[in-house]
Amino acid sequence: MSSLDRRPPVRRYEHGSRVPGWDEAVDLTKPPATVPDPALTPVPQELRERIEQLMAQYPNPKSASIPALHLAQEHHGWCSPEAIAQVACVMRLTPAYLTSVASFYDMFALTPKPKHDVYVCTNITCSLLGADEFYEHMCAAAHGHADIGVRGFECLGACDIGPMASVNGEYVGPLNEDDAQRIVEDLEAGRPVLEHKQLRHRAVADPRGRVAEWSGIDPVGQEGSA
Amino acid sequence: MNQHLLFDRIDEPGLNTIPVYEKRGGYGAMRRALAMPPAAIIEEIKQSSLRGRGGAGFQMGQKASFLPQGEMAKYLVCNADESEPGTFKDRELMQKCPHMLIEGIVITTFGTGIHHAFIYIRGEYQLQAQILEAAIAEAEAAGYLGENILGSGHSLKLVLHRGAGAYICGEETGLLDSLEGKRGNPRLKPPFPAIEGLYAGPTLVNNVETLSTVPTIINMGGAEYAKIGTEGSAGTKLISVSGDVQRPGNYEIELGIPSREIIYGLCGGPRPGREVKMWFPGGSSSPVLLAEDLDLPYDFDTLAKAGSMLGSGAIIVVDDSHSALEVARKVTKFYSHESCGKCVPCREGTNWTHKMFARIESGEATPMDLDIVASVQNQIMGNCLCVLGDAMAMPIASIVAKFRAELEAEIEAARERANALPLATLPQAIPVGAH
Repeated sequence: MSSLDRRPPVRRYEHGSRVPGWDEAVDLTKPPATVPDPALTPVPQELRERIEQLMAQYPNPKSASIPALHLAQEHHGWCSPEAIAQVACVMRLTPAYLTSVASFYDMFALTPKPKHDVYVCTNITCSLLGADEFYEHMCAAAHGHADIGVRGFECLGACDIGPMASVNGEYVGPLNEDDAQRIVEDLEAGRPVLEHKQLRHRAVADPRGRVAEWSGIDPVGQEGSA
Repeated sequence: MNQHLLFDRIDEPGLNTIPVYEKRGGYGAMRRALAMPPAAIIEEIKQSSLRGRGGAGFQMGQKASFLPQGEMAKYLVCNADESEPGTFKDRELMQKCPHMLIEGIVITTFGTGIHHAFIYIRGEYQLQAQILEAAIAEAEAAGYLGENILGSGHSLKLVLHRGAGAYICGEETGLLDSLEGKRGNPRLKPPFPAIEGLYAGPTLVNNVETLSTVPTIINMGGAEYAKIGTEGSAGTKLISVSGDVQRPGNYEIELGIPSREIIYGLCGGPRPGREVKMWFPGGSSSPVLLAEDLDLPYDFDTLAKAGSMLGSGAIIVVDDSHSALEVARKVTKFYSHESCGKCVPCREGTNWTHKMFARIESGEATPMDLDIVASVQNQIMGNCLCVLGDAMAMPIASIVAKFRAELEAEIEAARERANALPLATLPQAIPVGAH
């Protein structure tokens, strides 16, 4: 028997395609959405003001679309149609345009997402150091916690603390399997996550960049080096 | 002795605030530069022969001199979208010494007559963005940014712009599109950004480390700075070393020191009992080098001659406990995820290369697949708007060439695991391109 016969069947989504969400794009029976009517699109006052501030920073206000989507996602929890419509209303853009932008970037969620983001880096350096195993442990630890979303992520720019993760934006590492449970506990308790492994407290590796007054974490194995 | 210019006592508490930064002479270069004729600043940078620290290694002074002279809407964009796997040097600079970057931006914009600058920072760097935001506000309050800086007549508005997670936005024209509020698709070049960039105006795009070096150059003098390092690679370089080394992290080195001194001397080499199997000298986009290349001096020209590149200065060390296949699969997975999809050779090439390595693992491949992988890499290189595809093709082509025997053994072993026909019993395949 050749391996070809035992190949798993191609995985398909409910709609029959191998491509997720291909059927979500348009409803051809409706006219295309235009720039939302301010009279019909209530926008929270604070969100409106912050987006308008952002727009004023750029020679072309359209530049504010990514920062504005960040704000809307923060406010609504995800880039919901409502959130996109509000940004579109303030920025005088179409929802389709903003959706096309949001779908390009990894940090915008176009479907509801859990409150806490745990991005586990699974790129080359971290995976050499065991990130794939940590990712499994993290998924297992977060199982049953609906408000914690675990995602494998591409290089987060902290290979010095690999394997590492970004927990709600806080970089922590190097991680071992016990840390997965700690991350879940810290998040549930509302504590700072793995404070003794946070990147912000870590000294630079270069010995001549370091000072005696540094009260944070010494890079592992650094003691006694020239 | 290595020179230490950027990282000198960078851990000093409070260095991210102006009082501590000024106590060590910070913003002194800016004061000096604002009293110089703008052309003299660009001349100093040219004399320093500082090469861009972002990856391409283009001379900064030369790039700045491509900008048209005179009053017009020109822009400076600082590329802080540090996303090349293995690279994390700008993170440390921005987090610990943000004012050095701001000072470099003020000096560069004064030299080029630019009044609007942006720092495009990757969305994942939230701590660094907060620190930079606070530093910009502090500099504005001190009169180092804004209208008529210190009475010089130079005005500068500096805006911090957060991205949202896309590797392609580190490519300069993809970054510009993203900064204009669009999807980050790279543009056709020419026109290069120096002629037609952000909002179609002349734009200078420089890396964080490059701009942070400018105050040092003004302080030392360009000619003096050029004496550090080697002839083609002047100065010091921040390098990020990661992977199978005992002391990973950021180091500042003088360009031209032996690579062995970095990997074994500074970083302690692989764990005891392990040997270096391969290393990426400049991020995951650079062709891999072997243990026998460890004695190469670490500078732009030597690494280029050795068939690789210095890139962003990110050294990833892989020891002999890992297989070449594992490395190749991780690298291809990344690039196929990050390809923006605009150019067919990259979109399809990265995806299919990843699938072909998966075929090796599932025992469906024959050695001919390696020829096909190699030919796919050949057809990506140079055929796209930007170098994302090349960034996969270069390391993969080098891994296939240098570890061919190991990959073939891997193919054979995987076939055995999958109960596929042994290779010896298959009819002789016709090599690719032999028709």
